[in-house]
Amino acid sequence: MWQAVHAELQGHGFTVLTVALDRSADDARPWIQAARPGHPALVDTRHVVADLYNVVNVPTGVWIDERGRIVRPNDATFGADTFRHITGIESGRHLAALRAWVRGETSLPAPARVRELQTLPTVTDQQARAEFALGEWLYRQGRPEAAARHFQRAGELAPHDFTIRRGTMPMRGIDPMGPEFRAMLQDWVQGGRRYYQPLPE
Amino acid sequence: MTDPAFTIIDGDAEAAVTARVAGDEVRLSPAAVTRALGWEVTDEGLCRDGLCVPVPPGVALSTADGIDLTALAAALGRPLALDVQERAACLGAPAPDRGRALASLQAPDFALPDLDGRVHRLSDHRGRKVLLLVWASW
Repeated sequence: MWQAVHAELQGHGFTVLTVALDRSADDARPWIQAARPGHPALVDTRHVVADLYNVVNVPTGVWIDERGRIVRPNDATFGADTFRHITGIESGRHLAALRAWVRGETSLPAPARVRELQTLPTVTDQQARAEFALGEWLYRQGRPEAAARHFQRAGELAPHDFTIRRGTMPMRGIDPMGPEFRAMLQDWVQGGRRYYQPLPE
Repeated sequence: MTDPAFTIIDGDAEAAVTARVAGDEVRLSPAAVTRALGWEVTDEGLCRDGLCVPVPPGVALSTADGIDLTALAAALGRPLALDVQERAACLGAPAPDRGRALASLQAPDFALPDLDGRVHRLSDHRGRKVLLLVWASW
């Protein structure tokens, strides 16, 4: 889906840059190969981008201008309406806004507004990320049980961070689409919380 | 008697050092601290690249058995994940550092591989508008 957007807009000085927060290149590969992207499709097994940008779920989109400035911060960004009946998020508005931005047809929010819309990481969020990083290292060393202890701790420290709570499921031998995920999601939304954090505008 | 190696993970760097472990306490030699994290322990505090950070009062950095890893992380303001049993620890990025970088609105740069193992940087695309799209197979 993003390849179509990339192909449509790349002539306007634009590129899509995808980053997969996956356990391995092998996990991301089937999806990337099916998309046959003309844009860079990167793999981020250590969740470096999640740490740098305070990403707590996927998909998350960030707009960055020609000078490397964030002009639209983290948003739950879907490329299609395949899951709209579940997420409640329709993709057309973002796509229209993206096209307008790339074509230079729109004025962007002021930096102060962009900052208002950002969620910055807390000390506990970063502690959770350190636990995740230790777990991921242990997993790569072939110590999955030890890794799981740190993934568990990370998830307890940052229960809103689904790049950890769901993202570590493959490394814990849990199906991220299965009953454990559904139970986690149910518990989360029953508390009145949102699983996705779309921007208000 | 040689203790088994203890691994200090700092981003994509890792260093296997000698450590004294007792209970939850991990003690490193000053040389190991420098090798693993690049900081030197001096009378001025912790120094690196000509910059020195004073050790906060009440933080017992140096002990008879060496530099205490938990105290070191606290002195550097960095989150610490520690597994004494597995002899490994990871120091993460401080929240204020990440927050300041994001609030500056300058998109943090990164270098990551594609499926062919070729490394790409965000900054490769300076001069173009970028949609950074973070996703996962899960």
